[in-house]
This record gives sequence, C-alpha cells and structure tokens, in this order.
Amino acid sequence: MAAELHVELVAADRSVWSGEATLVVARTTSGDIGVMPGHQPLLGVLESGPVTIRTSEGGTVLVAVHGGFISFADNKLSLLAEIAELADEIDVARAERALERAKAETDAGAERRAEVRLVAAAGGR
Amino acid sequence: MGAQIRVYKRRIKSVTATKKITKAMEMIAASRIVKAQRQVAASTPYSSELTRAVKAVATGSTTTHPLTTEAENPVRSAVLLVTSDRGLAGGYSSNAIKAAEALTERLRAEGKEVVPYIVGRKGLAYYSFRERKVTESWTGFTDKPTYADAKRIAAPLIEAVLTDTAEGGVDELHIVFTEFVSMMTQTPIDDRLLPLSLAGSKEQEDGATTELLPLYDFEPSAEDVLDALLPRYVESRIYNALLQAAASEHAARRRAMKSATDNAEELIKSLTRLANAARQADITQEISEIVGGSSALADATAGSD
Repeated sequence: MAAELHVELVAADRSVWSGEATLVVARTTSGDIGVMPGHQPLLGVLESGPVTIRTSEGGTVLVAVHGGFISFADNKLSLLAEIAELADEIDVARAERALERAKAETDAGAERRAEVRLVAAAGGR
Repeated sequence: MGAQIRVYKRRIKSVTATKKITKAMEMIAASRIVKAQRQVAASTPYSSELTRAVKAVATGSTTTHPLTTEAENPVRSAVLLVTSDRGLAGGYSSNAIKAAEALTERLRAEGKEVVPYIVGRKGLAYYSFRERKVTESWTGFTDKPTYADAKRIAAPLIEAVLTDTAEGGVDELHIVFTEFVSMMTQTPIDDRLLPLSLAGSKEQEDGATTELLPLYDFEPSAEDVLDALLPRYVESRIYNALLQAAASEHAARRRAMKSATDNAEELIKSLTRLANAARQADITQEISEIVGGSSALADATAGSD
C-alpha cells in the first residue's frame, strides 16, 4: 500500500471521523482540492460541499460539510467543520423537505446546504 | 394530642417535603454535570485544531487584521458576562458577576469605557435592577448551550469589534465565565478574546509552544483565511466558555442542593427530638393529673368515712 495520511474530521461539538486515508477531496472557496500523502502544508477555507475520503482499506467515506477549514501538515489532515454529517447519518427525507422549504423561502444558503446533504447521501449508497 | 406536638409534626412534614425536592434537584444536577462535561470534552478537538490554525496564520504571515491588531489607545471594551438563567445554585451567578465587576473596575481605571453584554437571566436581572445599560443580552439556554447559541452571541460582538471605534465600535473583547476545574472547584475567570494575544494564552501552555509550525500554503489567500478563521475562533471560544459555564452551573447547583438536603435532615432530626420531648411532657402531665386526681378522690372518700 502506498503512503497514507491521517485524517481528523471534527465538527464544532463532536469528532465525526478519524482514520487513515490515501486521498481526500474537499471543496475550498477557490475550487475542489485533492490532498494526497506528502502534500505541501496547506490551510484553506471550505465551502459547503461534499468531502470525499478514500480510506486506506479501499473504502470511501462521504461527508456533507457546511463551512469550515482544511489544514494539512506533517501528513496530518484536519477538517474543521461547523457542521459535518456522514453520508449514512443523513436523513434523506428530511433533507428533501429542507430543500423544498428553502426553495419556497428562497433561502439560498439553506437550499445549498440541503443540496449538499442530498448529494453526499446519494454518493454514499 | 398537645398543641406543641401538633406544631412540631407540621413543621417536620413541611421540611420533609422540602428535603425531597432538594434531593431530587441534587440528583438531576449530578446527572447533568456528566453530560455537560462530556460536551466540553467533545468540543475540545475542534477548538484546539482551530487555535492551532489561527496560530499558524498569525505567525506564518505578515497579514494584519482588525481582529488581531491592538489599538494604540483603546477607549472601549466589550465585556461578555456568562451567568445562569435560574437560581438555587449557591454563589454561582453572583461570583461571576463579582468577577465581571472587578474586571469593569480595572478597565475603567485604565481609562476604557465598558460595554456590557450578558448571557443568563440572573446577570441581566442584576444589571436591570441597578438600571445599568446592557448592550445586548441572551437568555434561555445557559443549562444546555448549543453551537448555534454561541454563533448568535458571537455575531454582534464580532461586528462591534470590526466597527470603527469612532462609530461606536469596541477595541477589545473580554469574556467572564466560570471555569469548570473539577466537580468541587469552579472559578470565575476573565479572559481577553480579542485582540488575539498569541503569547501566554492558555492553549499555548498546553505543550504546543515548542512545536515549530510549518510554512502553510494558503487557499485562497492568507487574508481570506484569516477573515474566515477569526470569527470561527471567537465562536468556538464562546462556545467553550458557555459549555464550561453550564457544567459549573450544574456542579454549583448540585453542591448547593446537597447542603440544603443535609440541612433539612439536620432540622428534621432536631424537630423530631423536640416533638418527642413534648410528647413525653404531655404523657408525664397526663399521668400526674390522673395520679393527682385519683389521690384527691381517695382523700375525699377517706374524709367522708
């Protein structure tokens, strides 16, 4: 197996996921970024978006992340999110309802959050 | 039954009812401390990672930001005071208020105007009773704060710091809350959140000082990262303070209720003793009355013979 990097995904009120991974793809304000082991030290601002973590066992972890930061140094990657939900934690029906409601109220932020949730939930299956 | 006993019995009954209530409150508070402590622990990874990131940006770039630069002569300071919504927690709220008063005094001595922000009904009541101006206050969540509450509190504070001093903004942001040291010890402390003082802050003493921070690549730029990072940092510090204050509140309430229960027990004991003595006195009196009565009767019959 190739090199690995250690990932810590923490939300404001809990630790969501941690483990070894070979690739992490996240969306920063200036576009998607993929981090592999040995990447140069990095600190970026995250957008609302799905984060894909390819674990060293070959699996994939999908997380819906709403706002936060990505920081990488010494082969350790920290994802700090105000709110983070693992794909299998997401209640699809609830997210769909939230999307409907956001559309009705033309709340762009809430609409985006609900969309991200649905994308992450769909990809995780 | 004698009147005296009846009075004692009634008091014993009422104290027993009070004891039941305080005992229940003690047990509820004890179970909530554990929950609150767990929440403090759960929020720690986020805040320590965030502090690390803030430190990395602040040391790794030459960027200046209104939230990190110290004003040359600060004239106005915001003080965020965290108290509880409900009483029956011993000296919890008043200790925090006292700490805030001391801080206010100190800031005034330094020639700064103090702008109070208050969390919790108790602190608000203290200020409004004295007819002092409160800039903003939040109530209703002190025993179980969420991150959304911290965000709600942080928003106007950050805005005030970003506003120019001449237009009513503040130069500094202090927070007064009760630190949860252990189950038995909670100390009210004041802390300066902004401007960020990277030297001597508590997180740094936790062993991270010697660590050499790598040269980060900033995405999109150091300024933007700092812009996004600092409000989150303030929110997370406020969140942490709220959680610690909640844990302290429950611990203080548990202790206060425990001593109330103990006092009630003591009171019941001494009242029972008094009631017993009164009952005994009643019996003795009755006996002596009967004996006296019968001997008087016997004397009367002996005399008539």
